[in-house]
Amino acid sequence: MPLIRLDKISRRYQMGSETIHALREVSVGIERGEYVAIMGPSGSGKSTLMNLVGCLDTPTSGQYELNGVQVGQMDDNQLAEIRNREIGFIFQTFNLLPRSDALRNVELPLIYAGVPAAERREIAQTTLRNVGLGDRMHHRPNELSGGQRQRVAVARALVNKPSLLLADEPTGNLDTKTGNEILALFEELSLQGHTIIIVTHEEDVARHARRIIRIRDGLIASDEPVTDRLRPTPTTPTAPTDS
Amino acid sequence: MNIFTEFKEGMSISWGAIRANKMRSILTTLGIVIGILTVTLMGTAIEGLNSAFLSSISFIGADVLYVHRYNWMAHSHEEWMKMQKRWPITLAQGAMLEKSLTLARAVTPSADAQLPIKFNNRRSDSVRIVGTTEGFLVTSGIGISQGRFMSPTEIEGGRPVCVLGTDVSSNLFQHGSALGNKVRIGNSSFEVVGVLEKQGSFLGQMSLDNQAIIPLKQFIASFQSNPDFTIQVKVKQLEQLDDAREELRVAMRKIRRLAPNDPDDFAINQQDQFVEMFHKVAGTIAAVGLFITGLSLFVGGIGIMNIMFVSVAERTREIGIRKAIGAKRRTIMMQFLIEAATICLLGGLIGLALAWPITFIIQKFLPATLSMTVMGIAIAVSLVTGVLSGFFPAWRAACMNPVDALRNE
Repeated sequence: MPLIRLDKISRRYQMGSETIHALREVSVGIERGEYVAIMGPSGSGKSTLMNLVGCLDTPTSGQYELNGVQVGQMDDNQLAEIRNREIGFIFQTFNLLPRSDALRNVELPLIYAGVPAAERREIAQTTLRNVGLGDRMHHRPNELSGGQRQRVAVARALVNKPSLLLADEPTGNLDTKTGNEILALFEELSLQGHTIIIVTHEEDVARHARRIIRIRDGLIASDEPVTDRLRPTPTTPTAPTDS
Repeated sequence: MNIFTEFKEGMSISWGAIRANKMRSILTTLGIVIGILTVTLMGTAIEGLNSAFLSSISFIGADVLYVHRYNWMAHSHEEWMKMQKRWPITLAQGAMLEKSLTLARAVTPSADAQLPIKFNNRRSDSVRIVGTTEGFLVTSGIGISQGRFMSPTEIEGGRPVCVLGTDVSSNLFQHGSALGNKVRIGNSSFEVVGVLEKQGSFLGQMSLDNQAIIPLKQFIASFQSNPDFTIQVKVKQLEQLDDAREELRVAMRKIRRLAPNDPDDFAINQQDQFVEMFHKVAGTIAAVGLFITGLSLFVGGIGIMNIMFVSVAERTREIGIRKAIGAKRRTIMMQFLIEAATICLLGGLIGLALAWPITFIIQKFLPATLSMTVMGIAIAVSLVTGVLSGFFPAWRAACMNPVDALRNE
């Protein structure tokens, strides 16, 4: 059974009198442990697809099954629970809470999951150490470099042991070197068995994945494995161990 | 996540938000501080007035009925004119009344007049001179601080003796005791045999200590040959007040020879009338006062609502992040409600902290008490204001679509 199964998913938006077809009957399956890149120019519908896969949005029609659960018709609160349990988000702009330190940011999903304070502190600390930020736990986002911020975001995405990591242009706001460090981190996580989906418009980033799904005009233009994979050389001294 | 951890998280998040926008929080809180301060002071003044009134009319006695030609509360000028045409109540009627009442402990006639009192070259103007008998001690429940009350012999013989109120006594006799001295009331000379206990003033105006008590016979002989008597009737038991009142009315009608269809040509007055009237007046004052001061709290509440909308708008992205990570509507709602409630509660507490010393200053001019009740209500009101004014902003935040919220820059 695939982790993600999209069956004839459509998403339409109403813009005034005009109806925009962001996705037209897209069907795709992603297995557990896959490392997939979703590519496409802006306006292609890749963001809409990511929002649907991430349970931030619901399809206008079609079936979406995530980890054996039908999520297409869920309400706001049920979706929040699914996001909390099943999905770890990594954003281009990191989206950390600016007034909270790294530890607190990483703790956040555990708070919403209802993990008791002592336990969640423990888990968050371990996860931060695993992404190489053991000595930055009490720094606020503005006291961290871009790469470090994205590591905090990765730790936050991992902390609830989700079944899916969903990264939206994770290297978009980073220079090439730091971007590579993050991609190396993803490689490690992939080798550990995490399912990863990267949404990007950069060919070089997408080629780190093992499979590329290209979207154009709301349809899947191509879906094929990567033959000439790029392998980032791990430059970080503290690559994550098993989390 | 259970409601308790949610609440705890909400508290820490709101506290962080309040501290992050210090100036804004202070200014918003100020609106609530002023609102709570005015409402509290109003409540304080009303309560003070109430308790001052009740203690000041306690001299009337809840268990004493006053038979008089006039009703204390004339509701119209016509009624007043009608009462003026009534026959005066006579001493003989008082005596007959005493014989016929079974539920009365004491029946005492009294008459009074405003007259000056002199001692050597000191004088007190318009002192209330009360002519009465020994039953007065029972009906008025008055105490003696120095000397004694008039003796039955003095009362029977209409001797020129008097018992002074404390204000009269201390005014005329600044040094030494009043006892044994002779004062002049009108054109007659009276020996002071006793001084009354301090009674306090009625609503801060008419002082009950500004009176002098003399034998009724002496009063009739020296001042008014045909005074307007009041018959004071103290009932045996407070529970029988209504029965006693009815018995009194029937007896009085018989004494005054009224035909069955005639209306009463006398009034039976009691403390309740004052209390009732006071509650009517005070209730109106309280309602108007609290409404006006409540308006300032309302304005404060609008300020909170306004700033909460701003707060929600500028934290749209944060709301998006929290929702993406798994915060439910209720969680987000709670976060902003707690923020609004915390600002209001802080305002309420600061308002109370300010009201406390101000009450002491007011007490110098007006009766005022800051009771636990008023404090409790003030805190509750500030919390409710916070929750109410925070509701719509919090609702807007809770219903945000995470996709749009995350896109917000």
